[in-house]
Amino acid sequence: MSPDGATPSNPVRRDISSNDVLVEVNELKMYFPITEGVLIPRVVAQVKAVNNVSFKILRGETLGLVGESGCGKTTTGRCILQLEKPTAGQIMFDGVDLATLDAKAMRPYRQRIQVVFQDPYSSLNPRMKVGEIIAEPMRVHGIMSGAAEIKERISELLSTCGLNPNFADRYPHEMSGGQRQRVGIARALALNPEFIICDEAVSALDVSIQAQVINLLEDLRDKFNLTYLFISHDLSVIRHLCDRVAVMYLGNLVELAPCDELFDNPMHPYTRALLNAVPIPDPTIEKSRPFNPVAGEIPSPINPPSGCVFHPRCPLAVDSCSKQIPPLREVVPGHWVACTEV
Amino acid sequence: MGTLLDIKNLQTHFFTSGGVVKAVDGVSYTVDEGETVAVVGESGSGKSVTALSILQLVAKPPGEIVGGEIFFEGRDLLKLSDAEVRDIRGQEISMIFQEPMTSLNPVLSIGQQLTETMLAHLDISEEEANERAIAYLGKVGISEPHRRLKQYPHHLSGGMRQRVMIAMALSCEPKLIIADEPTTALDVTIQAQILELMKNLTRELGVAQIIITHNLGVVARYADRVNVMYAGKVIESGTAEDIYHNPRHPYTLALLKSVPRLDLVRAAKLDPVDGQPPDLSKLDGGCAFRPRCRFATEECGKSFPALEKVSDTQTAACFNKENLVESMKEAS
Repeated sequence: MSPDGATPSNPVRRDISSNDVLVEVNELKMYFPITEGVLIPRVVAQVKAVNNVSFKILRGETLGLVGESGCGKTTTGRCILQLEKPTAGQIMFDGVDLATLDAKAMRPYRQRIQVVFQDPYSSLNPRMKVGEIIAEPMRVHGIMSGAAEIKERISELLSTCGLNPNFADRYPHEMSGGQRQRVGIARALALNPEFIICDEAVSALDVSIQAQVINLLEDLRDKFNLTYLFISHDLSVIRHLCDRVAVMYLGNLVELAPCDELFDNPMHPYTRALLNAVPIPDPTIEKSRPFNPVAGEIPSPINPPSGCVFHPRCPLAVDSCSKQIPPLREVVPGHWVACTEV
Repeated sequence: MGTLLDIKNLQTHFFTSGGVVKAVDGVSYTVDEGETVAVVGESGSGKSVTALSILQLVAKPPGEIVGGEIFFEGRDLLKLSDAEVRDIRGQEISMIFQEPMTSLNPVLSIGQQLTETMLAHLDISEEEANERAIAYLGKVGISEPHRRLKQYPHHLSGGMRQRVMIAMALSCEPKLIIADEPTTALDVTIQAQILELMKNLTRELGVAQIIITHNLGVVARYADRVNVMYAGKVIESGTAEDIYHNPRHPYTLALLKSVPRLDLVRAAKLDPVDGQPPDLSKLDGGCAFRPRCRFATEECGKSFPALEKVSDTQTAACFNKENLVESMKEAS
């Protein structure tokens, strides 16, 4: 970590030393029922999309949430946003449990929590102009009324996000993927949120454009002191952008550590497998690196393996792994692992 | 080793209502027998259209191969009749597509799809084809191949479907496999399994490969040689080491600088290329990268720089190759 701490233009690691917890997820469970029967549906099984996940996000921090498809990372984000009603567990935001709030009580919190979605093609209404898209949240929440005032705010947001203010009169189809994603970010900023969930926000973009948007997200974080939950399957982007990283597998949180600690000293066998599987853009390193792809496929979350969900694919698995779910334990200060064998 | 495929000055254009889109505009590259060549570039750079042109799978209209030659074992594929191209397609050159979900026929069983190509190209009976299908499913690591023959694509996961695609591509023992983003739709741990499988099988069977991808890590791990494409042209070509350690085109350099690294502690902010990729229907005669290039000079707007040799193994299409080397030295 850099000794000089976080300054807005600091290119290296930031030092998040605050103890001010903004978001706290406690034993979150999200089960989706699978029903059979048309007239009298009965629940025949449950998809355990998120199973007992707990973590905290400090104010100003960027927490990375990483995992493969079906691991529950997006569902976790949707639960925090209250787009899903969790089966069990608490979503504490600034001291209030969002899961207990009704729609009306939730409204002021919706201003403070925003989201940037993955697909810049389907997350913008094709029939609205860019200006209207950005103005909509302001109108809905009634934070600005005058037309001139709103117009000025739209221009300001567009230029903050690196777009020409004239783009307000364009339609999304007139823009490239990178430009649309900037519009999505401008919309998220419109209500001056404190916390933004970025759900695969740069995954659909080409590398050169992806780098532009990553830098924009960083600049905005510094400028507005934003807190991010950065959900992604791309480990390289996570390492670049995040302060701490949580790894999920099949609905479970398997490892949680400060960013460099996780990448330099991965402990959970799944995290190790994941890191080993990513090819590095350097042929010399690649030719000398031991490479052992983990065998097997990701099991179905409808019928997950007993005990530790990773045990059927795990090289370290012992008998007890199939019987008991290993709890998260703190192995090194700040470094939590859900595995009994490391 | 001999040259298997030699693409010379290929031009594939799309004639749309918005104008002529020069998706591939003068692409040349070669593939030797048994070699793995990567074609890397961003969306719209023409890497897939080049590959589709090899097998003449570009939809016409709006697309049309308007110029160039594609020599495969000495024969120009563009001069062959449709029937002759069909003989080569699937037998001598086969293709693996990106989407394992959509590239298999959902209403035909795995067995039917696997044997279809073999029955079309090889002089064998249905039983023999079935046996071969089972053998290839085993080779690509699918358990209980007998049972799988009767299953349908929706019974299989994405990774398994891509294994079936690989079995299908290999089943007629082709000399060249074109893999268009073969693992982009897959999770990382599954991607690693599939890429290792492809590497091992192609080495074992001596099959040459063209891997089309935007993933610079995949290229570094698997490619012997690399072609970098931008706006319908190959702008740099060389061994993987040349391209990664000694890039001589500003776009290649910029691309390498824009990827965050998994293996290194973060040292700086990313250094992205400014601006957007060009509109392929509005290209002028100059270098298409110059509006985004920090080395651009007046010369770059006048004509397109030719792909010139910079070493025995490397070529680059840039007027300012030498300045690039100088400025990289200064930076380091």
